[in-house]
Amino acid sequence: MTSNELEAVYAGRKLGDRVARGLASAAVLLALLPLVAVFLWIAGRGVRALSPAFFVEPIGARGAGMANAIAGTVQLVVFASLMAIPLGIAGGLYLAETRAAPLSRAVRFGTDILAGVPSILVGVVVYAVIVVQMKHFSAFAGATALAIVMLPLVMRTTDIVARTVPDSLREAALALGASRWRTAIFVVLRTAAPGIRSGCMLAVARVCGETAPLLFTAYNNRFWSESLLDPTASLQVQIFTYTMTPRDDWHAQAWAAALVLVTFVVVLNVAARRLVRAAEGSASA
Amino acid sequence: MQRALVPRDAPRTQEETRESARSADRTLGALGAGAAGALALVLIGVAASVVHLAWPSIRENGASFWIGATWDPARGAYGALSFLFGTVVTAAVALLLAVPVGLGVAVFLTDLGPKTMRRPVSALVELLAAVPSVVYGLWAALVLAPLLRDWIEPLLGATGLPIFRGPYLGVGLLCASLVLAIMVLPTIAAVTRDVLGAVPSELREGALALGATPWDVVRFVVVPHARRGVAGAVLLGLGRAVGETMAVAAVVGSRADVSSSLFAPGYTMASVIANEFPTASTELHVSALAEVGVMLFLVTVAFNVAARVLVRSRAR
Repeated sequence: MTSNELEAVYAGRKLGDRVARGLASAAVLLALLPLVAVFLWIAGRGVRALSPAFFVEPIGARGAGMANAIAGTVQLVVFASLMAIPLGIAGGLYLAETRAAPLSRAVRFGTDILAGVPSILVGVVVYAVIVVQMKHFSAFAGATALAIVMLPLVMRTTDIVARTVPDSLREAALALGASRWRTAIFVVLRTAAPGIRSGCMLAVARVCGETAPLLFTAYNNRFWSESLLDPTASLQVQIFTYTMTPRDDWHAQAWAAALVLVTFVVVLNVAARRLVRAAEGSASA
Repeated sequence: MQRALVPRDAPRTQEETRESARSADRTLGALGAGAAGALALVLIGVAASVVHLAWPSIRENGASFWIGATWDPARGAYGALSFLFGTVVTAAVALLLAVPVGLGVAVFLTDLGPKTMRRPVSALVELLAAVPSVVYGLWAALVLAPLLRDWIEPLLGATGLPIFRGPYLGVGLLCASLVLAIMVLPTIAAVTRDVLGAVPSELREGALALGATPWDVVRFVVVPHARRGVAGAVLLGLGRAVGETMAVAAVVGSRADVSSSLFAPGYTMASVIANEFPTASTELHVSALAEVGVMLFLVTVAFNVAARVLVRSRAR
C-alpha cells in the first residue's frame, strides 16, 4: 500500500467518524425536540389559562377551577407514599443486607418485573380486590393503586443504594459489638439516606403523573370528596377527561393543570438530582 | 452516627445484651423478610385476581376471543384481535422510530458527544421520561394530531404506499406510534447508555491505541461487546410501548378495527382497558377487558423477563 492509499484510508475513517458524530448529535436534537415542544406548549397555553380561581374553585361546568383535583392528587400521593415508602425502604434494606439469599434474589427479580407491569393493570387488580369488595370507587383504592406502583421503585432504589455502602462500615459496626439490625439501621440506612431520599422523591414524582391506575379506583369527582372512602378527583384524571372533550375552555383548563403537574414533577426531579450530586460531592471531598 | 451504636439503656450483663440484640435481629429480619415477601405476594396477587376477574370471559369466549375481530359489547361480540393488532403495530412502528434515535443518543452520551454536553443531555433525556403520560396525551391530541392531519399525513399520503391510505384524521395508529416513540426513547437511551458505559475502558483504550477513531471504537468494540445489553434495552422499550396507556388512549382513535393503513383509527390492549373498563356495565364486558389485561400482563412480563436477563448478563 502506498502512502497515498493509506492517506485515503485515514481520510475515509476520519470522515466516517465525523459523520457518526454528526448523526449522534442529530439523534440528540431529534430526541429533545418533543421535550422542547411539550414544554413550550404547556408553558404557553398553561400560563394563559392559570388564574387564582384555578387554585380555589372546584371543577365546574364553566371550567372554574381545579382546587378539588389538586387536593385529590395531593391526598392520593400522600397516602400512597405513607403506604409504599416505609414498606419499600424496609424491604429494600432487607434485600441489600441479605443480598445473596435465594429469597432476596427472587424478590429482587420480582421487583424488577413488577416495575415493568403496565400501571393500568395495577388499576385492574385494585378494582378487582378493593373496589368490587367495597362496591364503590374510593380515594383509598386509588392510593393503594399508586402505592403498588411506588413500592418496586422505592424498594429497588433502597436496595441498590444500600448495597453501595462499603462493607468496611458494616464490619466496623459489627466489630464494635453492634447487632445486625443496629448496623443495618444506624450505619447502612444512614449512610445510604441521601440516595434513598432522592429515590423516594423520584417515586413520588412518578406517581404524581400516574393516571391509568386511578381511572377505575379513585375514579373522579366533580365535588370535594368528604372522606377517603369517596371517589376523588385528581389533576391527572381531570387532564385526561378534558383532553377527550371537544371544548376549548376545558382544553385550556387541561393545559393549566398540565403546567401545575409538570412543574411539580420537574421540581421534584431536579431536587432529587441535586440531592444525589450534593451527597456525591461531600463523599468525594 | 456512632453515638447510637451503644444502647442508652444498657442491660445489666453482656449475656443479656447479646440475647436482646439477637432477638431484635430475628424480629427485624422477619419484618424485613415480610416487607420483601409482601412484594412477591402483590405480584402473585396481581396475576391471580386478574385471572379470577377474567374467568367468565375465558370460559365463555374460549379461543375465539383472540381470533375474532368484532368487538361489540352491546351485542355480546367479544373478539380482541384488533387490540392485539393495534398493540403490535403501534409498538413496532414506535420502536422502528425510537431505536435508531435512542441508540444515537446513547452513543453520544458514552463515546461520541463532547464531554461537557454529556451531563446536561443525560439530564434532559431523563426529564423526557419524567413528563407524565397523560401530559403527552394532551399534547399529542391537541398539537401533534392536528399537525399530522394538516401537514404530515397529506405528505405521506402522496407517497401512495398502502400503509399511508385513507382519510387524514390526525388521531390514529400513526399518531399513537409517534407518541409511543417519544415515550420509549428515554428508556432505550438510558438503558443503552448504562450498558455501553459498562464496557471496560481498557477495551476502548486498546482500540484507540491501535489507531481506531472513536466511531471505530463504537462500531468494532463497544457495540459488539454490549450487543446483548442493547437488545435488552430495546426489549425494555418494547415492554414499555406495549403497556403505555394514557397517551395512546388519547390519540389512538378508539375504534376496534384491523386496518392496513397507519392513518386509520385503532385500539391497543392497554387503551381499550382504560377507555371501557370504567363504564363497562355487564359482567362479561368487565371480564373480557380483564382477559385483555391478562394477555397484556403475560406479554409485558415476558418482555421484561427477557430484557432483564439480557441486560443483567452483560452489565454485571
